[in-house]
Amino acid sequence: MSAVVLQQTPLHGLHVELGAKMVEFAGYSMPVNFSDGIIAEHKHCRSAAALFDVSHMGQLRLLGDGAAKALESLVPMDIVDLGLHKQRYALFTNSQGGILDDLMVTRRESDLMLIVNAACKEADTRHLIHNISDRCTVVPMPERALLALQGPKAVKALARLNADVAKLVFMTGGAFRLAGADCFVTRSGYTGEDGFEISVPADDAVALAKALLKEPEVKPAGLGARDTLRLEAGLCLYGHDIDDKTTPVEAGLTWSIQKVRRPGGARAGHYPGAAAIEAQLATGAAIKRVGLTGLERMPVREGALLFDAKGHKLGHVTSGTLGPTVNVPIAMAYMAANHGGPHHEVYADVRGKKFPMRVSPMPFTPHKYHRG
Amino acid sequence: MTTMFTPDHEWINIEDHEAAVVGITPHAQDALGDVVFVDLPEVGRTYKKGEVAGVVESVKAAADLYMPVEGEIVEVNEALRNDPALVNRDPMGNGWFFKVHVTHMEQFDELMDPPAYDKLLKTL
Repeated sequence: MSAVVLQQTPLHGLHVELGAKMVEFAGYSMPVNFSDGIIAEHKHCRSAAALFDVSHMGQLRLLGDGAAKALESLVPMDIVDLGLHKQRYALFTNSQGGILDDLMVTRRESDLMLIVNAACKEADTRHLIHNISDRCTVVPMPERALLALQGPKAVKALARLNADVAKLVFMTGGAFRLAGADCFVTRSGYTGEDGFEISVPADDAVALAKALLKEPEVKPAGLGARDTLRLEAGLCLYGHDIDDKTTPVEAGLTWSIQKVRRPGGARAGHYPGAAAIEAQLATGAAIKRVGLTGLERMPVREGALLFDAKGHKLGHVTSGTLGPTVNVPIAMAYMAANHGGPHHEVYADVRGKKFPMRVSPMPFTPHKYHRG
Repeated sequence: MTTMFTPDHEWINIEDHEAAVVGITPHAQDALGDVVFVDLPEVGRTYKKGEVAGVVESVKAAADLYMPVEGEIVEVNEALRNDPALVNRDPMGNGWFFKVHVTHMEQFDELMDPPAYDKLLKTL
């Protein structure tokens, strides 16, 4: 038995009550799946609505007039021009252009709200305090839980608690009262489906989760389904598909760098690693993140090496599973950029055997965001 | 006792020692979750006790299948190729993996009988 005491989210008791299989994740005891299992939970999210507890993730506020400008000194994104109630995907970079974490930023009436990865939240908080606390106030929000309601019927279920949530479009947010709790809701998520992320006071989280689970469309889902859903949606998992050694260009995330922060833009550069990233923006990177689909049924997982037909090494897999919706093995990998063209055939080494895979466009399942 | 167990949560039914049936236990399938692929051994190949004879892949993980005793593979469960979830639905029955022609009968004595396996499960 491990002597490490795992942290628990406010929903821990409810998970256990619902029969969840609990596992360690980022220092927390989290549900990997409930009684229906990962595949059923995954399919339920694609066809109806799944409720995920993501309270282990970090929620922070940046306060003060200088907050947006200050945050821009740490991310290559346009934060200054981010409109009220708009949400944006962002990346903390290091001086080599590597990715320290990926995060969501929402401009609210009186602050910027940040949601960061659980495993990175301590380091991110230190990073923010160390670098920009002279220009804004950095306030972690451990007193709030985070729920994700995802799937084509999420809006129908959530609108029964507050009809106004249906007015949100993808990557926008607002304050809503849900089941008696003061929540901040964004229309976004990590599954490729329409859906919502709900920041709720920890003390109200169980009541809200129970209210949502009472809706006929909604079933609980664990981190297992969250992982297969995001992989089918082509979304990166920090620490696996992106990390401090991969740049936004190598990761295929250049779309997240707005023009105004690129060379020639009004606020170009002036973020960590700008020189390295700008060089790659100009000439391309030697490696790139690609999607792969398996031509046989064997799942190909993180760490598997990739070769061409002659046995030359081309790269390695960073995430992989059998996609429950697409029903074939899917993976993300870093490959030599000249081999990453669509339909290029490669061979994955799994336990000494070679399995053919094909470079495939991502997402593997179409995104169904509600863009209004 | 015709069904014995290993510490790796496999079972072997030795009613017919020329075709002893091997599978994984309900505990093992539950720990793995949804099985999506089974890499079965080759018929005709002989494995030593403890050697890896196959792999069972779930959505979230891969687990080796160990030979519970030494022997030659005489049959594999072809049904698992099209329906690997049989392992989840019926681990002690239709979800079997392969049959072994056992050559060292004494190796059975080193395995756990059902009460011993139950005792092991209670320690987990």
